[in-house]
Amino acid sequence: MSTTATAPVIEADPAARRRSILLVFACTLVGAAAQLLIKVGMNHFEPRVWAIVTNLPLIGGYVCLGINTVMLVLALRDGELSMLYPIIAFTYVWVTLLSYGLLHEKPNVYKNVGIATIVVGVAILGRGGRK
Amino acid sequence: MTPLLIRSILLVFVASIIGSFGAVYLKKGSAMLNGSLLSFLNSYLILGVALYLGSSVLYALGVKGGDLSVLYPMVSLGYVWTLLWARLFFKEAFTQQKIAGLALILLGVFFVGLGSS
Repeated sequence: MSTTATAPVIEADPAARRRSILLVFACTLVGAAAQLLIKVGMNHFEPRVWAIVTNLPLIGGYVCLGINTVMLVLALRDGELSMLYPIIAFTYVWVTLLSYGLLHEKPNVYKNVGIATIVVGVAILGRGGRK
Repeated sequence: MTPLLIRSILLVFVASIIGSFGAVYLKKGSAMLNGSLLSFLNSYLILGVALYLGSSVLYALGVKGGDLSVLYPMVSLGYVWTLLWARLFFKEAFTQQKIAGLALILLGVFFVGLGSS
């Protein structure tokens, strides 16, 4: 039995495990916001310094990406990489729904089947690892 | 298969491998956090973020020249690599739920890619 305080607690604490799943889940929302903001920002991208520093969607997108990374790291501290990391695929679900709603992209059957399948996959994954 | 598509596929493939190592180093770095903000600047986390950035540059170059229905699922190959590395480096078990969940996610991403092309 190891007594080192630095050993990561994996699966020992159900509350920590649940918190890390919720964190990754929240991470996917921030990540989706980042993708959309960067997409909007790139639509009026100009390769001039002043245009870039005043491109608020682009800057906001990269700020979201930074927040996203910090949240992911905090989640990984208390959970299994192999369980948490694929949950990031949920970003596709948000991006698809948000681009229907905000960018007025046309819904189609493939995308809808795809996001439904991802939701089921993430649900199964989130239940896995529980012992 | 046009040369441009092959180039795109190779770029995205390499991006998925580099990105999966990014995740490994973020996990390693997360164990070094001690509550102070400065502990975020540890070498593992810096390497992890650098690998992520590198991966996203290759990915952006890759998706420019190819069909998203092919490239999207290849991005999610990164999840498969990560499952392997987690087992190899962190002794995390393969469980039925992880494999079934991941298979559905890959299938879902494939469909989203089909719908996006």
